[in-house]
Amino acid sequence: MKQSITELKKSAWQIRLELIRMFGVGKPHHYGGTLSCAEIVAALYFHKMNFSKELLNAPERDRLIMSKGHTVPAQYAALAMLGVFPMEELKTIKRLGSRLQGHPDITKTPGIEAPTGSLGQGLSYANGIALAAKLDGLKFNIFVIVGDGELQEGQTWEAAMTTSQHCLGNLCVIVDRNVHQSQGCVSEIMDVEPLDKKWQAFGWDTVRIDGHNMEAVCKALDGFTGQGKRPLAIIADTIKGKGVKFMEDVYKFHNAALTEEQFKEAEKEILAGLQEVK
Amino acid sequence: MSALKTREARDGYGEGLVKLAKAHKDVIAMDCDLGRSTRSFRITEVDKNRFFDMGIAEQDMLSTAAGMAKMGKTVFVNSFGVFVTGRAFDQIRQQVSLPKANVKVCGSSSGLTQGADGATHQSVVDVALMRNLPNMTVVVPADAKQAEEAVIALYDVKGPAYLRLSKHPTPDYIPETPAFKIGKAQVLRTGSDICLCGCGPVMYNVLAAADVLEKAGIKTGVVNFHTIKPLDVETVKSLAGKYKRIVSIEEHSILGGLGSALAEVIAGLEKGATLLRLGVPDTFGESGSGEELLAKYGLDTDGIVKSVKNLK
Repeated sequence: MKQSITELKKSAWQIRLELIRMFGVGKPHHYGGTLSCAEIVAALYFHKMNFSKELLNAPERDRLIMSKGHTVPAQYAALAMLGVFPMEELKTIKRLGSRLQGHPDITKTPGIEAPTGSLGQGLSYANGIALAAKLDGLKFNIFVIVGDGELQEGQTWEAAMTTSQHCLGNLCVIVDRNVHQSQGCVSEIMDVEPLDKKWQAFGWDTVRIDGHNMEAVCKALDGFTGQGKRPLAIIADTIKGKGVKFMEDVYKFHNAALTEEQFKEAEKEILAGLQEVK
Repeated sequence: MSALKTREARDGYGEGLVKLAKAHKDVIAMDCDLGRSTRSFRITEVDKNRFFDMGIAEQDMLSTAAGMAKMGKTVFVNSFGVFVTGRAFDQIRQQVSLPKANVKVCGSSSGLTQGADGATHQSVVDVALMRNLPNMTVVVPADAKQAEEAVIALYDVKGPAYLRLSKHPTPDYIPETPAFKIGKAQVLRTGSDICLCGCGPVMYNVLAAADVLEKAGIKTGVVNFHTIKPLDVETVKSLAGKYKRIVSIEEHSILGGLGSALAEVIAGLEKGATLLRLGVPDTFGESGSGEELLAKYGLDTDGIVKSVKNLK
């Protein structure tokens, strides 16, 4: 179900709106990194991926793995928008008995493809899926969203070697390069740049884009066919907390609770963002 | 040890893996640059495409295996026990045991068998680590034949497991009956005074110690607890009711292994046997041969006999 560029832009803002509403007031949630990857998630689910409610268990569906598992709520929002589970269920997130866990749980949530949360493990898991698919002659693409802070986890680079060693060209990593991690600025804590050169050195093709420019996100994804031998790393420069001014580029909203007033302001700004899409 | 033909548990593992791979196309083996030592490499005799050397990267191996399992593969991951459980513990926790992935974690050169390499390479807390993870099956075969039986039986356990393998050479000394069955302890001898409960190749010493004790007039039972989890609780309860004293013997720390598992059951009984735990005390090892280290920690035949006699 391919959306037009205008529809995709709206979908990204819709994801943000669903995020703010499911998070609500007074409970800590991962605002920064969910809001920063909204365009990426929208472009994947509503434009690029061979995935729908009907294809939920199809062996050759495309797969999205949220390696930075704490931002899985953005995936929940998209899955609900696709009808994989009811929109009303989003509000149950993190509540006792809910299918929507704080971090991805393949045993509980339909549409979730990998258990992540403890960081750095998503790409290895994706490699395992790709290697098994290769053995079985199954053809599909796998997309892995990683955080820039997450790249400090050494396992990511073990996995990056595995991907290129086995020529897993149906694998695409998208780095949500939102500059901040839990305790501050990535470059001040443990710099991960130069990202292009690092991924290239590990045998990957790279492209760097503005991760909030829907045209650019779609163009980068469209350039990936999954047919070649080399995997692709899309480095998407984004703003942590995108769409809510008081959260943007403020690391404290990596994980924070909103006051009633903050909630209203955030909802207002996101509704305005949605309205402004042309 | 005896003049009989001896084998190591890892050799039985290799045999079993080859048989499984022949019978089932979904069987995969992965290793971290130790395939010829762990015997996982033997799967290439059946199909070279089903062996993956992941390089020296245990974390990546475990997560990759979990991804493969998600696609319906039965994946045997291999390295030395100390590395595969220690270095990749979090990957096993999050991506194998939590989602019940069909990954069999195989810890080779476990216990004190990598003796000469010293404390860094001795794997004496691996059972404790694996036993505490929900959904895990934990099996410690006592000889090569049992290792072969275990690897084949684990194929039918559709979920995560830890298979602990050792390099101590022994004859295939565990009798055909009672047959090996995951989760069912094997009563090898029945006595009335003391019951020796162990696991792994050290059971060979346990049986030899039982002989010595019998001659000294101590009626000694011997039970092989090859499955640490799920523990055969019914057998533990029945032994605790029958014997006055139970002695656990394992090539593992006395914290968290078989002895602890037995203690957890016995502690809940209103009355019954007391428990003495023999194993590696709460300490790191040192370089030495496997045999020397077993003797150092009182896990050779003499050491076991001495500990039991001290009880009287």
